[in-house]
Amino acid sequence: MRTVADLGIGDHGFITGFTDEKLSLKLLEMGCLPGTEVILTHHAPFGDPIAIKVSGYTLSMRKEEAATILINSI
Amino acid sequence: MAKIPKIALIGNPNAGKSSLFNSLTGLRQKTGNFPGVTMDKLTGIWELGPKNEIEVLDLPGIYSIYPKSIDEELVINILGNPAHPDYPDMAIVVADASNLKRNLLLFSQVRDLGIPTVLALNMIDVAENEGYVINSIKLARELSVEVAEVNAKKGIGINGLKLAVQKTLENRFSSNDGLPLPVSEELIADIQAAFGDVDPYRCLLWLMEHDRMKMFTKVQCADLDQIMVKHNFEPKKYKSAETVKRYEFLTEVVDRCVINLNRQWDAPPVKTWTDRLDKLFLHPVGGYLFFLAILFVMFQAVFTWATYPMDAIDAGVALLNDWLKGILPESTFRGLLTDGLIAGIGGVLIFIPQIAFLFFFISMLEETGYMSRVMFIMDKLMRRFGLNGKSVVPLLSSVACAVPAIMSTRSIGSRKDRLITILVTPLMSCSARLPIYTVLIALVVPEKNTLFGLFNLQGLVLFILYLLGFFMALFSAYLMKLILKAKEKSYFIMELPTYKGPRFKHVSYTILNNVKAFVFEAGKVIVAISIILWVLASYGPGNSMEDATNRIKIQNPNLTGVELSNKIAGEKLENSYAGHFGKFIEPAIRPLGYDWKIGIALITSFAAREVFVGTMSTIYSLGGEIDNENATIKNRMRAEINPQTGKPMYDMALGFSLLIFYAFAMQCMSTLATTYRETKSWKYPLIQFGYMTALAYLSAFLVYQALS
Repeated sequence: MRTVADLGIGDHGFITGFTDEKLSLKLLEMGCLPGTEVILTHHAPFGDPIAIKVSGYTLSMRKEEAATILINSI
Repeated sequence: MAKIPKIALIGNPNAGKSSLFNSLTGLRQKTGNFPGVTMDKLTGIWELGPKNEIEVLDLPGIYSIYPKSIDEELVINILGNPAHPDYPDMAIVVADASNLKRNLLLFSQVRDLGIPTVLALNMIDVAENEGYVINSIKLARELSVEVAEVNAKKGIGINGLKLAVQKTLENRFSSNDGLPLPVSEELIADIQAAFGDVDPYRCLLWLMEHDRMKMFTKVQCADLDQIMVKHNFEPKKYKSAETVKRYEFLTEVVDRCVINLNRQWDAPPVKTWTDRLDKLFLHPVGGYLFFLAILFVMFQAVFTWATYPMDAIDAGVALLNDWLKGILPESTFRGLLTDGLIAGIGGVLIFIPQIAFLFFFISMLEETGYMSRVMFIMDKLMRRFGLNGKSVVPLLSSVACAVPAIMSTRSIGSRKDRLITILVTPLMSCSARLPIYTVLIALVVPEKNTLFGLFNLQGLVLFILYLLGFFMALFSAYLMKLILKAKEKSYFIMELPTYKGPRFKHVSYTILNNVKAFVFEAGKVIVAISIILWVLASYGPGNSMEDATNRIKIQNPNLTGVELSNKIAGEKLENSYAGHFGKFIEPAIRPLGYDWKIGIALITSFAAREVFVGTMSTIYSLGGEIDNENATIKNRMRAEINPQTGKPMYDMALGFSLLIFYAFAMQCMSTLATTYRETKSWKYPLIQFGYMTALAYLSAFLVYQALS
């Protein structure tokens, strides 16, 4: 399964679901909805955390959190 | 006077809530405390018209009414509980028009709670620049709510907001769609039967969040748990499904009310300023360098520029004291007023410039949106030590004062990260330690240049002390990370807001409010301690004070004038309550190189370390053998002779032992009280006090033994 953590800078994908129930509520509230497009825009130094563009703004999260967001396979 | 209506300002972080608050209330603001929590409560008066005033309450920024951190919890405790003293008559939800959908999520939740609500659409200009045109009249109809377009930063659209608020206050209309997702009617009926006939959505909120709400007793919580089990209700599932459902509805609404020009023209996405700046600020090398440069300027300001106003305040207080001593007849009252009260107040006022400078920088960094970039680049590093990117703000703030720093940990969502941050924050050298460092360094470190004349040796030692505090904080955090158990995983899901120019009005309010809080909160303690100290140093058990006077007079029949009164004062101090305390603990602090005089200072500065310098000057001015006229505290301490060795008392070993002790010791009542209020348990302030005192004692012992 491809997740947001697999994206390189500039890559994008569409959210298909979540693997962590607890985190999913926070992510949903922040606008990471199934079917929404995400684009990876930045890596922090050492590759973690990451920043994505979603629902029209920039959201940062750790790599392990990004790995709970499933996206469509290419 | 009739009770004036209350409005709560609610909104996402960065939606412009605080700007709007400042535009509405201007200088008519006051900070207070919410009952039972330390969080600053910011309220202000908004004049709708002559004799028509409204109290506006600024609530912390939240994304949803389901709380994930402590400051979010506060909002739900107010909005969820109609019996709460701060429960509003209505709410203004401030929404960032350039991110409408996510902002409307919170709006729809607040409205469904049954609170009459007005929607204030902010940052419409930003949205239009990005190619979105919003039909707010249509939006108002779709959501059946009064909508006002405002520009909070410039204060435009306030009249429209006034009208909307007046209308809503008059008809008390709260459009209510009922439940976003249907649940069984029996479930709602059960809750209503037990807790009164309230709005169904509020019932569900109580059911799902009762653990975080202070309004419920243990029994009531158990009842709600039972209802949950009985109906097989799963809060997590419901919340997720509800959020998705709300977004579905809001997407339709937004599609109908917002025209996206980009889509029509199929224009390529514009490269914004934020994108360009992030290239620099988030750069693996450049990002850190920039942050370091900012830190450098900040420290320069706090430790160099702030000294001018500080010296002025110091001189002013001294002048006032001399003047009072000149015009008032010698009496107990004069002593209490000048050496006790005014000296104590002066000790508080002197920190204002540093605190003001520090909060100027911190609020500038937060205003512009840069602070979240700092958290972003620091998270990985901080995480290794059991901290969190968000711990950077408290650690930085505690260079001024640990009290606001500990309060700023509320935004840290994970309990374990937050606890560790609270526990180690006081190890950072706060501004109260600075006068101690300054006096002691001047005593034991020679003033000369070193490293090819680039650095001043005294400055270097000062810098090392700050670094030492920082590294000790990291090290302690690392140990605590291994010991403390986490119930929940820490997370770092955080908005990186677009860069904005700072609103200087807002910056100045932040400085003003923080200085006010410091002066009144910490000030109370410091002044109280100063007075107690003065009493303890001026009185002794039984007739010991008169005996001391007589003894000196008999022993030194030839002395007169200043010399005699100094000798008497010294003898009196030794026999006062403070002197007895100092002697009592002398055996314990002997291994660190301290005598009973320093013992007195340790005891008095237990409650507030800044009292140390004051105590030293009290002790040595009372007992000093030097002519009082041109002797500063530094000179008096320098002249002190160690009775055992016959050499100067304040040598390298003692000086560094004291420096290390003050760098690590937990000597601040206000901090301990804040830790207690923030963790709601005596366990953590005790741990904090215990480990820091042990650390201080041990390090001071090692330093003294190694150097002497």
